[in-house]
Amino acid sequence: MINSYDILETIRMIEKEKLDIRTITMGISLLDCISSDGRAAREKIYDKIVTKAENLVKVGEDIEKEYGIPIIHKRISVTPISLIAGASDDKDYVEYARTLDKAADTVGVNFIGGFSALVHKGYTKGDRILIESIPEALSVTEKVCSSVNIGSSKAGINMNAVKQMGKIIKSTAELTRDKDGIGNAKFVVFANAVEDNPFMAGAFHGVGEGECVINVGVSGPGVVKSALESVKGESFDVVAETIKKTSFKITRMGQLVAKEASKRLNVPFGIVDLSLAPTPFVGDSVAHILEEIGIESCGAPGTTAALALLNDAVKKGGVMAYSHVGGLSGAFIPVSEDIGMINAVVKGSLNIEKLEAMTCVCSVGLDMIAIPGDTPEETISAIIADEAAIGVVNNKTTAVRIIPVPGKTIGDTVEFGGLLGRAPIMAVSKFSSADFVNRGGRIPAPIHSFKN
Amino acid sequence: MRAIITVIGKDKVGIIAGVSSELSSMGVNILDISQTIIQEYFTMIMLVDIGKTNVSFDGIKDALNKKGEELGVSIRIQHEEIFESMHRI
Repeated sequence: MINSYDILETIRMIEKEKLDIRTITMGISLLDCISSDGRAAREKIYDKIVTKAENLVKVGEDIEKEYGIPIIHKRISVTPISLIAGASDDKDYVEYARTLDKAADTVGVNFIGGFSALVHKGYTKGDRILIESIPEALSVTEKVCSSVNIGSSKAGINMNAVKQMGKIIKSTAELTRDKDGIGNAKFVVFANAVEDNPFMAGAFHGVGEGECVINVGVSGPGVVKSALESVKGESFDVVAETIKKTSFKITRMGQLVAKEASKRLNVPFGIVDLSLAPTPFVGDSVAHILEEIGIESCGAPGTTAALALLNDAVKKGGVMAYSHVGGLSGAFIPVSEDIGMINAVVKGSLNIEKLEAMTCVCSVGLDMIAIPGDTPEETISAIIADEAAIGVVNNKTTAVRIIPVPGKTIGDTVEFGGLLGRAPIMAVSKFSSADFVNRGGRIPAPIHSFKN
Repeated sequence: MRAIITVIGKDKVGIIAGVSSELSSMGVNILDISQTIIQEYFTMIMLVDIGKTNVSFDGIKDALNKKGEELGVSIRIQHEEIFESMHRI
């Protein structure tokens, strides 16, 4: 029998340190739902999703019970809708979003991702219509998540799209004004988006993926924090080793759940995404890990280096645990969803500029940041451009999920509720980036993208 | 199929007897038991075979929960695989 210490360690991780499977995400290809008749396409989409994902929630709940590991979310990602809807004559794609929302309701998942467009080099007709439909789509649906990829290391940055994103984000905020602009909590702008990310709001089922696949996202900031508490004052070598070992154990758990879910649903298993994804609850914070490493309050000098070490050690442990580690795998640094980040902003140790630096070494980007509602759209676009540049030049995924909150300004706090948490409104630069953003065109791909 | 049962709580007379008679009434075979006191807490770990019982996993879980309340201890049952995958390469 496995020794008692190991058994109790696993139980402690789950019960006290909030180790969980953050999400089982079923990726479903909708390529065979394309039709010149929009209505027919939507019927096919609905039927396919509810058939493929019929047992997803039940299987997730069964595994949760039998293995005693909480599985927080069951979700679905689909082929970017711009590719599917483009064949129809529809003039806007809001109906497609409603269809996704309805399908998500029917099967009982809490989010469905893929109201997306990939425009890192240019727009197709479908991309253009989809992007214009985003504000309304996010305001009339509950569960639909949307994303747009505006840059890649191979293609550079599509600055026309960057410019448009500022406008889209502002009008989404306006249309969801009565809910503090929550529409933008469901919208991510990417550079180097990955095709197998199981985490929302950025999940979509890439065209290189198979018909249907199960991806699993594991989380466990609390477990890492607690492991580090036992090596107080030790050198960075020990810190790195401790994180790596912990991340190995967490990933193994994810792999087991993914394999089991894939077997029971009779759907191939894609990847385990080992991301330290915080929640707004105490004991589940990435900022607190950084503070445990020795930073008084997240954002103080040393934070970027600590985060770099954390992100790297998490990947190393995960890769050893399972061959198919994918998605974003690393440390997420959302503000509103992490109690330590929220406190750091309130205390004044963390600001947008420091967060931007942190995104150079974390797994994604500027995430769940609330900003004043009167921030000019060009400033939002320019923030996106900066973030995309970091991703494109460093060959990594970066994203921006930024939420201008109508009617609120610095000093106010916004409550999104549940796992989306609450966010103090953060200051953005007062200086204009309008002339920069209005140039349009494309920023060329960096020289080191020419590897062929 | 094998599962691990963990029983944790304040030590008192009759915990092992209570849990094992509950298991035997459901036809669950106990393969191994280890028991220790950690910081005044009674900690028992059992490896059981649930392959031959007619009671469903949920049924066993509910029965053990009820027994746990009666005895004032917390009882969990989980598939053995979760521990193996985490601690064995």
